[in-house]
Amino acid sequence: MSWFKRIKDGITTSTKEKKETPEGLWYKCPSCKKITPAEDHAKIAWVCPNCNYHERIGSHEYFHLLFDGDNFTELFSNITAGDPLKFVDTKKYADRLVESQKKSELKDAIRCAHGQVGGYDLTVACMDFGFIGGSMGSVVGEKISRAIDYAIEQKTPFMIISKSGGARMMEAAFSLMQMAKTSAKLTLLADAGLPYISYLTDPTTGGVTASYAMLGDLNVSEPEALIGFAGPRVVKETIKKDLPKGFQTAEFVLEHGFLDKIIDRKELKPKMTQLLGFFKH
Amino acid sequence: MNFLDFEKPIQELIEELEKVKKSGEKTKVDVSKTVSEIETKIAEARKDIYGKLTAWQRVQVSRHPDRPYSLAYIDYITNGSFMELHGDRTVKDDKAIVGGFGEVNGKTMMFIGHQKGINTKMRQLRNFGMANPEGYRKALRLMKLAEKFNKPIVTLIDTPGAFPGIEAEERGQGEAIARNLFEMAKLKVPVICIIIGEGASGGALGIGIGDKVLMLEYTWYSVISPESCSSILWRSWEHKEKAAEALKLTPNDMFGNKLIDGIVPEPLGGAHVNQQEIFETVKQTILKHIGELSKLPTAELIKQRIDKFCAMGVVNEG
Ligand SMILES: [Zn+2]
Repeated sequence: MSWFKRIKDGITTSTKEKKETPEGLWYKCPSCKKITPAEDHAKIAWVCPNCNYHERIGSHEYFHLLFDGDNFTELFSNITAGDPLKFVDTKKYADRLVESQKKSELKDAIRCAHGQVGGYDLTVACMDFGFIGGSMGSVVGEKISRAIDYAIEQKTPFMIISKSGGARMMEAAFSLMQMAKTSAKLTLLADAGLPYISYLTDPTTGGVTASYAMLGDLNVSEPEALIGFAGPRVVKETIKKDLPKGFQTAEFVLEHGFLDKIIDRKELKPKMTQLLGFFKH
Repeated sequence: MNFLDFEKPIQELIEELEKVKKSGEKTKVDVSKTVSEIETKIAEARKDIYGKLTAWQRVQVSRHPDRPYSLAYIDYITNGSFMELHGDRTVKDDKAIVGGFGEVNGKTMMFIGHQKGINTKMRQLRNFGMANPEGYRKALRLMKLAEKFNKPIVTLIDTPGAFPGIEAEERGQGEAIARNLFEMAKLKVPVICIIIGEGASGGALGIGIGDKVLMLEYTWYSVISPESCSSILWRSWEHKEKAAEALKLTPNDMFGNKLIDGIVPEPLGGAHVNQQEIFETVKQTILKHIGELSKLPTAELIKQRIDKFCAMGVVNEG
């Protein structure tokens, strides 16, 4: 639920800008402040060479990192959000959608694709934080649902890359029910005996954590990612105490037994290839 | 008896009624005519006020201090045969969710529900109906127990949300709820879920995947409470009325949007005005649905349940 602050902080740089980095641009790490040529930064999976800070990236970048030869087929790209509740807060949801689409050059907070990873077929659904904080509305639920159908039809393993502040409030109960929908669909994938790998990235909170992100045959995450059900601000307000150091980081969640492994983004492709091999052979 | 601010006209009439009755007793004068006149007025006032409740007023009724909670329903429905079963077999017994077997018309059923406290001390013990992961894991353990012995499951939902505490996060609140959504989707026995008060977010949904999901007339169900929605979207707590409208959280809205399967009517003035009546209505509703669902072959039951949830959502295509 903390995506407002982050949008204000300007984390929503258009993915295109990041990807097609003109020569001579520099990336300044928000964690250690070290400056790296943007081109080099992109070559090392948008991870700081000095402190290993994982910059938030979008589906374009993840697909580029994962799929062999940058070859993939995007799936269900024509699905966009409805506004069934005609929701209005300080702004109309319909206007918010149009603005977000313009600003992010995305249609909603998730993209799905099929391609090969290290020679193994894989269907991937990847969330985009740049679209209304990666919030889960009907589009996210429907595209995950269809991607699971697709994986079952094509008999491929399935991966979801989560990056989300949680529910999309402007879709209210429709948003809530996407948790039920995606979880119910995952039972069919399990019945088909196909592996599901959940990759949790910064941040993965709220309804996404309380549904598909925590339901992987393997739950893996990026280092230092914020992972939790309730956001840290809400927890702090509830207990009226300072939060322990490292609370709700990937390392904390691993230590408490809810992650199989932390995988550095630079290692994502070789490790995924290895994992897919374990399931296949 | 407690009254909400908008129930003032009802409160005044009830106070008047008590006065008339008392003076009748004292003076031995026949006041029955006046009594019946006031009673008619009370019914009219209730009809008037409850006939045009705003979304926010419904939220208030769902939290009415006199409103019955899960254990009161379960005790009535099982005619006192309910036997509570405790613990998640891992960490502890969460008092915010109760569960156990009970007998209804000769049939064993598994009952599970959020439980709010009936007084200050109990409210703390029950953590205001906000469960920790252990509550969801206890619920799942009991549901699997019911499944193993082919007993239908009834869940009663009444929570302001899953508890957002440090231990809850340490012990995997997100995982616990997610696991329940996944496992409940494929339970081999009929599951009826009834929202009897507040249906807030993942904390409600965590015991809310059923063949029939029903809402009592004066309850709400959404992704967030109107107060929290107001504080996030309007950046102030003052827009809760507007948020309640915008969220479309009433039973009628939820049914219209095909997100629930039905609405259970409450006595005029809310469940607390006539508890016997609402308990009996809920009992009959459960019996009717379980009777029908029990006729379905297991594979068909599960398929229909999964298909129903998978159809939820509105998108544009093209
Ligand atoms: Zn750095």
